[in-house]
Amino acid sequence: MSPLFGNEALWVVALKALLVFVFLVLYTLFNIWFERRVVAKMQHRIGPNVHGPFGLLQSLADGVKLGLKEEIFVKSADKLVYFVAPILAVVPAFLAWAVIPFGPEVTIPFTDTVTPLQLTDMPVAILYVLAVTSIGVYGIVLAGWSSGSTYSLLGGMRSSAQMISYEVSMGLSIAAVFMYAGSMSTSEIVSGQHSTWYFIPLFPSLVIYVISMVGETNRAPFDLPEAEGELVGGFHTEYSSFKFAMFFLAEYINMVTVSALATTMFLGGWRAPFGIATFWEGANTGYWPVLWFFLKTLTFIFFFVWLRGTLPRMRYDQFMSLGWKILIPVSLAWLVAVAFIRKLRSEDMMDAQLLSYVAIVAGLLLVASFFLPSKKEPEPEPEVEFDAFAGGYPVPPMPEKVTK
Amino acid sequence: MIAFWILAPFMVLAALGVVLSRKAVHSALCLAVVMVSLAVLYAALSAPFLFAVQIIVYTGAIMMLFLFVLMLVGVDISDSLQETIKGQRLLATIFGLIFGITVVLAIGQTVSGAVTGLTKANENGNVYGLAELLFGKYVLAFEFTSALLITAVLGAMVLAHRERLAPRKSQADLSQERLMDYARTGAHPGGPPTPGVYARHNAVDTPALLPDGSASEASVTASLRARGQVREGFDEDIDAIERQVTGDDE
Repeated sequence: MSPLFGNEALWVVALKALLVFVFLVLYTLFNIWFERRVVAKMQHRIGPNVHGPFGLLQSLADGVKLGLKEEIFVKSADKLVYFVAPILAVVPAFLAWAVIPFGPEVTIPFTDTVTPLQLTDMPVAILYVLAVTSIGVYGIVLAGWSSGSTYSLLGGMRSSAQMISYEVSMGLSIAAVFMYAGSMSTSEIVSGQHSTWYFIPLFPSLVIYVISMVGETNRAPFDLPEAEGELVGGFHTEYSSFKFAMFFLAEYINMVTVSALATTMFLGGWRAPFGIATFWEGANTGYWPVLWFFLKTLTFIFFFVWLRGTLPRMRYDQFMSLGWKILIPVSLAWLVAVAFIRKLRSEDMMDAQLLSYVAIVAGLLLVASFFLPSKKEPEPEPEVEFDAFAGGYPVPPMPEKVTK
Repeated sequence: MIAFWILAPFMVLAALGVVLSRKAVHSALCLAVVMVSLAVLYAALSAPFLFAVQIIVYTGAIMMLFLFVLMLVGVDISDSLQETIKGQRLLATIFGLIFGITVVLAIGQTVSGAVTGLTKANENGNVYGLAELLFGKYVLAFEFTSALLITAVLGAMVLAHRERLAPRKSQADLSQERLMDYARTGAHPGGPPTPGVYARHNAVDTPALLPDGSASEASVTASLRARGQVREGFDEDIDAIERQVTGDDE
């Protein structure tokens, strides 16, 4: 961790905080446009293309329209909580970005001040992000409760259950990264990936993290809290105007937050991709890393949109059993395996070659298991009482059945 | 120290709110405020790990479960202030005061002077210091606590477990059942009509209207019907319109 964190001049901190804020708001506007364009392409449509170049100003216009709508206070709402809920959703979404690294140390133009491209860092930065996002859930849950509507309440309940369940597997997948990096600070996790990005040794963790991050952000196919086919709009059914815009903003920022975390922990953070740094020295210095970071998070956003364009919404019980019966046991087993690998490596009982052989064999076995025909359990014949008039016509009993 | 003087009044107010607010959800929220403020105090006291864990575990998980249960059970009704056990309020006040004074005295005696040893404890970083204590000196206590918690979880599972007597019906079974019903009794196999169709309102308590103008019972949920909350009086509405229409015709 750079000694600069926590010891910088006030104007530097204020400037960086402002830039992070502006970045997030602009990125959200961009993302809404991006999502609409990409999902339109997937559905053989064009998407917004009228306002501004490529329709880029569409989301700005939509945002202004949303802000100018009538603000409605529902009669049966719990006034105070109803008012506080959107604020509780949006503030933590911004707070999480305090520890996300955008790049290495740079000089601020026109001055001699050197500063890391990261607002601040702490020894428990990743845990801080988890903590802050868990406060953001309160916004959604309380919005659902305080609206005084059954749809909203159901959405809020689903959301709280969803977050609690998927936070566990998310935390377990992150713990494997902690073991490799030997630190929980974001800047140190990035600097730990200067040779290998962690998605190579920790591929199962990446898979688990990506699944649970979709669950955490209430995005399709896990968008049960706002399932419009079942719950109208879920937790934000009764919200309008600026308060609704805040939920909207929070959801999109959270999407970027989890993408940025995934980038930081598994994809080398702001480091240049595809070995660009091997033939271009400057790729990992100055302000270029911000570009790589942006592109990597955008890849995850694209993945989110791709999922939304491809998969139908899951049923609630399927979603819960995926979380509790598959993701958590798998991530527990993987965590123990990572601990063993780390120990064997540090005791020199396993070299990189052996480890890669083991990984290849395990991967092949896993792929082979997909081709095995799934074992059909012989279904126990339901004990149906013999009905002489099944379907309205007189029928004789089946020959092997003994009539009772 | 600045953090303490800013947060302390908030915490006291929120703590009073836990006890004094009438709605259970408001109490739970006040408790969450106390917990988050406590976490910030930990951060100000150079205990960043405790700060994060306090929010993740207490505010993020335990309070969320509390809220979940409160919302599920629907404990919105204000509690009655009737004393059920005689003298309970007086005894509670006395014992509460005794407990409070004991805690204040005990803590006041241990941490009255300047606190020392923080730099030594955080020498290799806060997280390393904690890990060394948890997995070194206190490893047995730590493991026993986790064993205790796992036992408690298993106990809860055993208590809440219910043996399934009949095999679970799948979606295929249900649809077959519906069609069998259709064959036997002629019951419509599709979903019931949505409330408010062709009616004057589209609220859930407004039954859909059949072609002859009579209300369709099936369009309103059974629970609303049982509670007698189905909106009625549509004949008047229809009559009024009819009168209007015929009046215009004349």
